[in-house]
Amino acid sequence: MTAYTATVTVRLKHGVLDPEAETTRHALERLGFDLAALRSADRFEIDLEADSSDEARERAGEMADRLLANPTIHDYDVEVDER
Amino acid sequence: MGTVTVSIVRFGGSNCDRDAEAALSHLGIDAEIVWHEDGLPAETTGVVLPGGFSYGDYLRAGAMAARSPILDEVREAAADGVPVLGVCNGAQVGCESGLTEGVFTTNRSARFQCEPVYLRVERADTPWTAAYEEGEVIEVPIAHGEGRYEITDERLEELESSGRVLFRYCDADGEVSEAANPNGSKHNVAGVLGEYETVAVLMPHPERATLPDVGGTDGQGILRGFAD
Repeated sequence: MTAYTATVTVRLKHGVLDPEAETTRHALERLGFDLAALRSADRFEIDLEADSSDEARERAGEMADRLLANPTIHDYDVEVDER
Repeated sequence: MGTVTVSIVRFGGSNCDRDAEAALSHLGIDAEIVWHEDGLPAETTGVVLPGGFSYGDYLRAGAMAARSPILDEVREAAADGVPVLGVCNGAQVGCESGLTEGVFTTNRSARFQCEPVYLRVERADTPWTAAYEEGEVIEVPIAHGEGRYEITDERLEELESSGRVLFRYCDADGEVSEAANPNGSKHNVAGVLGEYETVAVLMPHPERATLPDVGGTDGQGILRGFAD
């Protein structure tokens, strides 16, 4: 078994309104920053033991499918690193 | 009291459970609050998923409660024809659990909104709306930060063509418009039916528009869905 960190990043699908990101963008603009757009995402760092990075990736993907992401509005990706 | 006993499922963070109990009692519908870890009583003849902030709205509103074991029992009961009503947080739980389609997410305003709204009754031939006329306008309060109904365009079209949109936000005259849309919900959807028309969820609070002592009573008809 090897120790891995699987990083799951959950984003809103393209075209889904993100009022929190919009509010954050406005706040940055009020501070004088110039930006074209801002997107927010949730990032989950999951430490786990697995036989291979593929297995770690698969298990993290299941976690995203079953809880971390809602397929109606979210896409996600998984990155796996040895810890 | 009738012979009907409706279970109001309480999660940590539910806060409209007692309101629902009081409102159902007022209508002569026997109801009891059930702690989610205790499971559904065998004699349950209806289920309310009440409003509140189950699990502190962590991750997404309703996400945790939707995956708690009692929801398996609620799904089984629903498949057996037991009426299930999700209100506000309960609506979010209903969508997260797959009892109903779509998702209720962050309001367009990015703010918590607590205000009376008008709803147009889209169908009057369901247990939840039999007390109303199709097209009738009712006034019920909302109180949510995550009530914007989101769903893919394809699924929304399917929901609409199969008559599973139950309520839409409208103005006092029943016109469904952007101006009357409090939270940015797609096509002003405020409440939908599940696979069975005995399953419904809505963001507005019918239990807060039932007791005459606290204001309007337009929500009574929705709760009467349990009386049949």
